[in-house]
Amino acid sequence: MIVAERKPFEEIAVAASGFRKVLVAGCGTCVAVCLTGGEKEAGILATQLDMAAQLGEREQVFSVGCVERQCDREFLEELGPQIAEADAVISLACGAGIQFLAEAYPDTPVLSGVNTTFIGVNEDVGVWTERCRSCRDCLLTLTGGVCPIALCPKGMLNGPCGGADKGKCETDQERDCAWSVIYRRLENTGRLANLDQLIEARDHRDLLPGRQVHPAYQRRYSAHE
Amino acid sequence: MGEKYEPKILALICTYCTYTAADMAGSMRLQYPPNVRVIKLLCTGKVDVIYLLEAFKAGADVVMVSGCEIGDCHFLEGNLRAKERVAHAKTLLDDLGLGGDRLEMFHIGASDAPKWAEAVEMMNRRALELGPNPLGRKKLQAGQTNIEELRA
Repeated sequence: MIVAERKPFEEIAVAASGFRKVLVAGCGTCVAVCLTGGEKEAGILATQLDMAAQLGEREQVFSVGCVERQCDREFLEELGPQIAEADAVISLACGAGIQFLAEAYPDTPVLSGVNTTFIGVNEDVGVWTERCRSCRDCLLTLTGGVCPIALCPKGMLNGPCGGADKGKCETDQERDCAWSVIYRRLENTGRLANLDQLIEARDHRDLLPGRQVHPAYQRRYSAHE
Repeated sequence: MGEKYEPKILALICTYCTYTAADMAGSMRLQYPPNVRVIKLLCTGKVDVIYLLEAFKAGADVVMVSGCEIGDCHFLEGNLRAKERVAHAKTLLDDLGLGGDRLEMFHIGASDAPKWAEAVEMMNRRALELGPNPLGRKKLQAGQTNIEELRA
């Protein structure tokens, strides 16, 4: 899932200070699971902003809204009546959700309340770690289910660099060398031959803004294009 | 205006330990500030960050959360969760400019009535040092205006 962290309070408060009626809009999917931007966190932020505004003698009113997903138009529609009442919206969704909200309501200033950090997994209560850079050319079949692009700080594609030391990374003695993990994983599953296959350097020239249409919908969308 | 400042202390306390200690403090005729308002919870694990913020928004001068001693929670780890949430809420209060010192976590066993009396004394002293919660004062002014409007 997508992981995000809340922006520093000061930054949000300053950005919102010029608006009188502000809606804090949560998103009930990824950012709710990582305890950053769900309904509850939206409530906490709105209360904090309200108290800070009172302390600073600013005449501001904060309300709270939350939809299932801000990355879906049908859910964004639900925010319409609340946004109509607001001078600005602070979105606590990931970067994608914030942009889609701003696109759906182009006449209302949309402010970001979170920094989207990565695509990751829930390691333990309150802990998330990165696993994927959404590079559009997945190597996980070859690399034993361990991504060298996300987990190796240098993104090495063919074996470890010279900085690997007893299975640890030169950037941090606590961090496992991704290629060490890959080797062990392939060894465990009898697939060491995978390492004979050379992975070619990525061509980053094709990294244009992504768009994909599900094969079952190709006909529908090609008709419009 | 010129009124004596009597701090509003809100105490969110668990029924199994701190509430029993507070009850015993009464039986023991221990003296402690009477301006503490107690809300009894089944467990401090129920305390959420938003409750703590709302308490200050409603005008509490200081808030204390008090659960069982570490390791003694009736629900195993409710008091540990409360401890972490209180620590987090303190940072949120610092951020918004009210100050995390107005909030404190305590662990008071059922038989420890003197510790309860001491904790309330301490929070009362702290509230006097910090002065009134500015949000509470604003609420009062708003209330007075309303009454004047009603009278007119």
